[in-house]
Formats: sequence, C-alpha cells, structure tokens
Amino acid sequence: MFCSRGFLSENSFQRAAPRPEGLSDNDMDLKEWFANRKKKQEQAEVKQPLTTEEYCALWTQCFQCRELLYTKDLRENLHVCPKCLYHFRVGAEQRVEQLTDPGSFEEIDANLRSSDPLGFVDSEPYPKRLRDAERKSGLVEALLSGTATMEENPVALGIMDFGHFGGSMGSVVGEKVARLIEHAEEKRLPLILFSSSGGARMQEGILSLMQLAKTSSALKSFHDAGLLYISVLTEPTYGGVTASFAMLGDIIIAEPGARVGFAGRRVIEQTIRQKLPADFQTAEYLLSHGQVDMVVERTKLRETLVQLIEFHTKQNKPKSGSSQQTEPVIPGRAG
Amino acid sequence: MVDQKITPLEFEKPLALLAQQIELLEKQIGEGAHPELENDLDRLNQQYDQLKRSLYSNLRGIDHLALARHPQRPYTRDYLGRWDSAWIEMHGDRKGVDDPAMVTGLLRMGDHKVVVCGTQKGRTIHEKKNCNFGMPQPEGYRKALRLFQHAEKFQLPIINLIDTPGAYPGLAAEEHNQAEAIAVNLRELSGLTVPVISVITGEGGSGGALAIGVANRILMLEHSVYSVISPEGCASILWRSADKVAEACTAMKMTAREIKQLGVADEVVTEPLGGAHHDADFAAEKLREALVRHLNELTKMSPKELRKDRQNKFRRLGAFVES
Repeated sequence: MFCSRGFLSENSFQRAAPRPEGLSDNDMDLKEWFANRKKKQEQAEVKQPLTTEEYCALWTQCFQCRELLYTKDLRENLHVCPKCLYHFRVGAEQRVEQLTDPGSFEEIDANLRSSDPLGFVDSEPYPKRLRDAERKSGLVEALLSGTATMEENPVALGIMDFGHFGGSMGSVVGEKVARLIEHAEEKRLPLILFSSSGGARMQEGILSLMQLAKTSSALKSFHDAGLLYISVLTEPTYGGVTASFAMLGDIIIAEPGARVGFAGRRVIEQTIRQKLPADFQTAEYLLSHGQVDMVVERTKLRETLVQLIEFHTKQNKPKSGSSQQTEPVIPGRAG
Repeated sequence: MVDQKITPLEFEKPLALLAQQIELLEKQIGEGAHPELENDLDRLNQQYDQLKRSLYSNLRGIDHLALARHPQRPYTRDYLGRWDSAWIEMHGDRKGVDDPAMVTGLLRMGDHKVVVCGTQKGRTIHEKKNCNFGMPQPEGYRKALRLFQHAEKFQLPIINLIDTPGAYPGLAAEEHNQAEAIAVNLRELSGLTVPVISVITGEGGSGGALAIGVANRILMLEHSVYSVISPEGCASILWRSADKVAEACTAMKMTAREIKQLGVADEVVTEPLGGAHHDADFAAEKLREALVRHLNELTKMSPKELRKDRQNKFRRLGAFVES
C-alpha cells in the first residue's frame, strides 16, 4: 500500500457529503437524525476499499525512472514525468487540449471512414481489425485534424494518434492530411502536423503507399505558396509517415526521447548484423545528426510553436524609441 | 524450346523436367536408334507448349514475385544499352557520394531526348555488392533528384526504371536521413513541369520505389510487382510467420494486373512468354514502344498541364467512405 486511505478520501470524497452547517446533534429532530444517518451510511459506502483498477487509474508508474506518479499531477504536467522528464504517449484529443486555446478547436473531415479496397484478410479480416481499433481507441481514424487558435494565432492542426491502429497511414489518414493542407493553403494558415505512426497501413496495400505521394504533393503547392509548415515528431514515427510529410517541415521539432526513423531498429540490426547504439533514432540522436531543428520538451512546446508562428507570420512591430528590441528566441534545444 | 541457360524457378520445375525429357528423346532420335519415337516427340512437344501456356496464364502472386526477382531478369542498364548504345551516364549527388544502386543519364529514344534514372541490382556477386542489391542509399535518391532538376532546367522528359527491394535499411542510411531523401523526391517530382514516366521493371519495393515513382504515367511490366512492404515483411508482421509469404502476396494485390485494377498503374507492358529474361531484346523493344507512345502523348501537354496532371493523378488515389 503506498498511500494512506485518509489522503485519498480527503482529496476525492469528503466534499461529496458535507456535514450540514450550523447544526449540532442536540438541535436535530428525529427526521434530521435519520437523514443524517443515511448520509453517514452513504459516506461509509464510499469508503469501501478501492479496487486494483481504481488504484491503477490513480497512480501511474514512470516507464523510465519507475517513480510512482499521481495521475492527476502527471496530467497537469502534460504527461511528462516531473522527475526524469520521460514523455508519455498522449492521444490526439489530449494534445488538442494541451496546445490550443480552450474551445477553439474545430474538427474537419470527421466523416471519413476507411473502406476495405483489397478485401484484405490475414488472421482476421481488415474491417474487423478496424472495428476493434475503433473500440479500443475510441477514435475512428489515426488522425484528428481541424483548425484552432494558439494564443489567438489561427492554425491548421493535424494530430496523429498512435493508439488507433498503430497510427498507420491508410487512405483516410492520407486524404485527411491532404485536405488539411489544402484547407490551410486556401485560408493561408500556418500548418502544424504531429506525427506518431508505425508507417503505412499494410491492409490497404499499394493505396497506402500512394498516400505518401498524395500528402507530399499537396505540400508542394503549400510550400510554393510561401506558407509555414511545422512538423512535430513524437514517439514513435516510422516508415511511410517519416518518408513523406513528417520530414518535409520548414521547421522540424521532436519531442525528447521520441524515436523517429525510416526503417525499424530490428530490421536494420538484421540487415547489417550488428548492434546499434542505445540512443539510435532518438530525437537527440536526430538532432546531433542534423535531421531536426530542435528538441523541445512538451511543457515548452506550446510557447515554442506560438513563438515560431508569430516569427513567420506577424509583421515586425514598428520600432519605438527604446533601444530594447525584443527578438524572438529560437532555442537550439529548449529546456 | 526452353533456353537451357535460364535457371528454372520452383513453379517452372515441371516444365523444365518435360524439356529435359524432350531433349533426351531428341538425342536418341538423332542417333537414329529409335525412329518410332518421332510420334512421342511430337506429343511431348505439344504437351510442353500446352503446359507452358497454362502455367504462365495462371500465375499466383508469389510466382510473379519470383519472376520479378529472377536473377537473369534484365536490369536498368540492360534496357538503357538496348535503347541507345550511346547513352551518356551521369554520376554523383554533388555532395560527396555516387551511389551505384541508382543509375542516371541522358538518352535518346525515338525523336525524344530524355533524362533517365533507374535502380540497378547488379548481375555478378561483385556488382551486386557494389549496387547494394539494388537498394539505394539516401545519396542515390539525391543523385536522382539532381537529375530531375537538370531535366526541369532543360525541359527534358524523365523516364524512371524501378527494380528495387526498397531503400536500404542501414545505419548510415538512417544517419544520412533516408526518409527525408525519399520525402523530398516525392514533393519535388510532383512539382516538375516536364513529362515523367515511371516503369516498374521488376520489384517495386515500397517508399524506395515510390521515390522515383511519382509520374504522369506508371507502367508495369507483366510480371513486375509493386507493394507497400515486402511480402516477407508483411508475412512476418501480420501472420507472424516467414512461411506465409504466398498468402501475403495474394492479400496485398501486388501484381501488375492488380495494381492497374486499383488505378495506380496505367498500363501493363507484355513480356515474352515466361518472362523478360527469356528474350531481353523483345522485352526492351516492347517497353520502348510503350514509352515512345506515352512520350508522344505527354509532350503535347503544356508544362502547367503536366504538373497538374501528375498532382491530380495522385490526389485521386485512395479508397474511403465519406458519410
């Protein structure tokens, strides 16, 4: 047992059954006494020992430093371990919450669904796998896209969710990315794409591969229109997503510890028949090999993105008399 | 009759066996020992032709894969040499590396002057090693990109020949950003204003193939394959078994005809019966005819139309439901 029961009940439950104020036991009539007793019984029921699942939900163990973290605190720290800065995977909806001005996110293209163009069956048919993925993740696709504001800067935002089908890119993800890019180009919005993907979705065969070309092609027009695209690489980003829009950002940011690459570690080890360095394909490794502009902690991501957007989209303020010029600081490595 | 120098594939073994018997019989007749065997010989020859035709018209995905990977299949250099013996090879990415797995050059084809890029597998052990078995490094893709830019500057059509298991998965390749090299090619190819034709001549292995495959027209040789992942990779991930390669080949729909049905390939180019390696000259000529026909069509389009045509082609690809 790693916490006192008192601590839990103080935090979670006492407020639910407050003692009526201004009354002592002597002032009560019989009716009130019964009412009070009922309330006390209710309170007693609440004090049942917590089930294992409830404990697990309240506490999270850090994968890296093994520290037990109070889940609520972890959530408030944007799912970053306060002790070792391990970045937990977060879902697309959580990211929207972490990044955008409250209530500003408007989803687009939520009505696209995968079909089964090949009639693909391995150990299970593809449509069944799709339903299972939807049930497990609560999402219909591996990408959430829309528009939002960040510190009042309008942006087009696409966020991949590894929790749905391993974040794999099939026709729907490709189409949603392409439409988001086109929308951003039409409205002249800065574009931010968060990648997290195992690669192209095998169950849609060659059509999945074609999504690499489709998204990159859409980015060509966007690029030529002189608009800003920031790519954020998050744990993990591999294969077809890396080899298309993820690596085409004007600015590429990676989250600490995120593993990003084209081929997977195991495939490379089997090919070259030698062990790879422990930090191979991590964000920090990518930074030292010139593949990303910066590695930014999640807790500083929002302000960094806003800073970069404002640097590229806002006109310089006319110089006032003061000699103090506020130059935006672009961190080589924030944090 | 079967060319005895050609190594038979597993599924071709019955055919090879029959060919051996015919040869034996011919020898005996030649020696004049058993003139009555003439009839048997005719029968066997008929049987042989029948078997051959039925064998190659009912190929499974994995058989096409085996043909596409046949060690004697014509490679990029075999085609280029046959099309224009005076083609000019260009080397290097101008940044420090010349990747032999990516062959680039200038070539005349009919009335057209074109820039060619193609992956090269290598025939001998030494060549194979040198060419990394047809798997380009990032520098190979950057070399191709340099040639694409050259073509754009001089408004020359581009022909890409694809026969690769995929981009090389190695330590240096990752350090030199294989993914970025591919992604940039996808983006830049889509923006070119010259005709681009890509041909899958053998294996079209995933992103490594697509990196020179964003084209106005995609042609596939009859027995070539094109897939999002190698069938071996697919089998080991989805079936968790290396024995399920045949199933993976079928499920992924990777043969030329299937890829055309899915709207990705525009034309399937006929190969000699039994595969391009049975008659490389014939295969090269058939492909040349198809290429010239497409070049004639594409060169009529304006630069703007060509770019739009290519972008639209890929914009349309994908299958989904919109509710």
